[in-house]
Amino acid sequence: MTVLLLGTVILSSCIGAVKISVPELLAILGNQVGITSLTGFKAQQTAVLLNIRLPRVVLGVLIGAGLGISGAAVQGLFRNPLAEPGLIGISSGASLFAVLMIVLEVGVFRSLSGRIGSYALSLAAFAGACITTSIVYRLSVRNGRTVTTTLLLSGIAINALTGALTGLLTYMATDEQLRTITFWNLGSLGGASWATVTGLLPFILIPVAGLPMMAKSLNALGLGDAEALHMGVDVRKLKRMIILMATMAVGASVAVAGLIGFIGLIVPHILRMTFTADNRLVIPGSAILGAVLLTLADLLARTIVVPAELPIGILTALIGTPVFLYIIITERNKNKL
Amino acid sequence: MIEVNELTYIIGRRELLHRLSFEAKSGELLAILGANGAGKSTLMKLLCREILPSHGHIIFRGKQIQHYKLSELARQRAVLSQQNTISVSFKVNELVMMGRYPHFEQVPAVRDIEVVHLAMEETGISHLSLRDYNTLSGGEQQRVQLARVLAQVYDCPDACLFLDEPTNGLDLLYQQQMMELARRLADRGYCVICILHDINFASRFADKILMLKEGKKVAMGSPVEVISCENIHETFSINVKLMACEGYSCPLVIPAMIQNRL
Repeated sequence: MTVLLLGTVILSSCIGAVKISVPELLAILGNQVGITSLTGFKAQQTAVLLNIRLPRVVLGVLIGAGLGISGAAVQGLFRNPLAEPGLIGISSGASLFAVLMIVLEVGVFRSLSGRIGSYALSLAAFAGACITTSIVYRLSVRNGRTVTTTLLLSGIAINALTGALTGLLTYMATDEQLRTITFWNLGSLGGASWATVTGLLPFILIPVAGLPMMAKSLNALGLGDAEALHMGVDVRKLKRMIILMATMAVGASVAVAGLIGFIGLIVPHILRMTFTADNRLVIPGSAILGAVLLTLADLLARTIVVPAELPIGILTALIGTPVFLYIIITERNKNKL
Repeated sequence: MIEVNELTYIIGRRELLHRLSFEAKSGELLAILGANGAGKSTLMKLLCREILPSHGHIIFRGKQIQHYKLSELARQRAVLSQQNTISVSFKVNELVMMGRYPHFEQVPAVRDIEVVHLAMEETGISHLSLRDYNTLSGGEQQRVQLARVLAQVYDCPDACLFLDEPTNGLDLLYQQQMMELARRLADRGYCVICILHDINFASRFADKILMLKEGKKVAMGSPVEVISCENIHETFSINVKLMACEGYSCPLVIPAMIQNRL
């Protein structure tokens, strides 16, 4: 699978408005690192690759990995293969705050020195994700125990509330703001630069490194809270860590790239259906497969209607919905038997 | 092995267990009997450290149970719960391997794989090894869970095993096999504590019986000591007859005629 990811990265780096062949790619990279001094590529290609394409591909890999892995972890947490990080309010909180920023055009944030100002939207979205998730989490803790059903129900309630508030803001928005809101909601990796990549990196690396270590405990949790406890799993701590890491990865991703649906839902499913339900494979595998799928989707998004580009959220939903329906139908048929 | 002292559990204003004291030793099979709502499950949860007592102590191997680390406890006691439905589809061998989770970090050792095989053989499910757990019958699922529980404490022959109504939902043959296995494990040195509903099963297989009513101890002792019409009436509010049976030291319990029948 790692090979698959590497292949995708190379493919995505090469294809685009300015074409770069594989030897050229290697030559450019070699020159940058200082190993080789080959020529045979144009300066324009170097500029495109290093400043535009590569950060975008890396961003796709990071966000895909983050969305995939948190999807797998959250499904394990809820013991429900249809769960998604969005269910516990992560995405809706992020989008409410982002829309709030766009509509109110908060002057305070603009005047905050230029550098932070340009990150304002992302920061607001991330803060929103943290706020809603912590509200949902607090609501669902009773006597120190996290009640999963309550967690899900409070998630639905918060999602409804933030949805309504977002709607209200959209209603108040001007035409130009509406356009921004719509594009943000559809998701895009278009804003990629090395600055966004480095900003996002820790938020993705920590969950990608941390969640696989909890795979064993998540398997045990699949048998039930009490059973996991009997097997020596600190269930309370486990749930808290998973929610924290999922918020980290998804909140930061939404902040950078807007709402990108379905990756977190379908990726763990594909792995479960083709290999095993063992989280020790599903969790790290979801990071890799998520990265592959999102990078490919982004490749399609920016090449399919050249010179314009399609919002990536549209593509993931277009591919994701049939898969989702397929899951529902097979689940239904299985239950009938 | 496990010692319970003046154990009381209060939730809200309801007292579910009242100053309960008893002891269970290694190599002993203790059966807990009682009507619905008598506090059997609460007692089991306390013994497994799922919940902590309001008053009193549970001393497990000479140390108060709450002073154990969860992972430490997991290597010395295992629990077979009543409800065993799972929503994710695991294969049987994957599920039994989960019993070994407290023993390894990321990759199972050779011994872990060995123990999984032994536990599956012991419970007679080796042939199901590659099946999806959710496609098994209730009896098979119960035995898979038992294999998992057994694998968890396989290397610790004086560990504690808690079985919550292990014969529930099983047909007569499986019930018998389940209790025979529990008996064998006790003979091997495990301390087996088991909630049962069938009084005759309890007297046939257990070394000691604890009878509970409304969170209080009605009687505790060997089957011959505690199986009496009075104790059973006190515990279950039913009238029974005792019938001596050839080859059994303890009399069989059968329901008496319904009292107010005309």
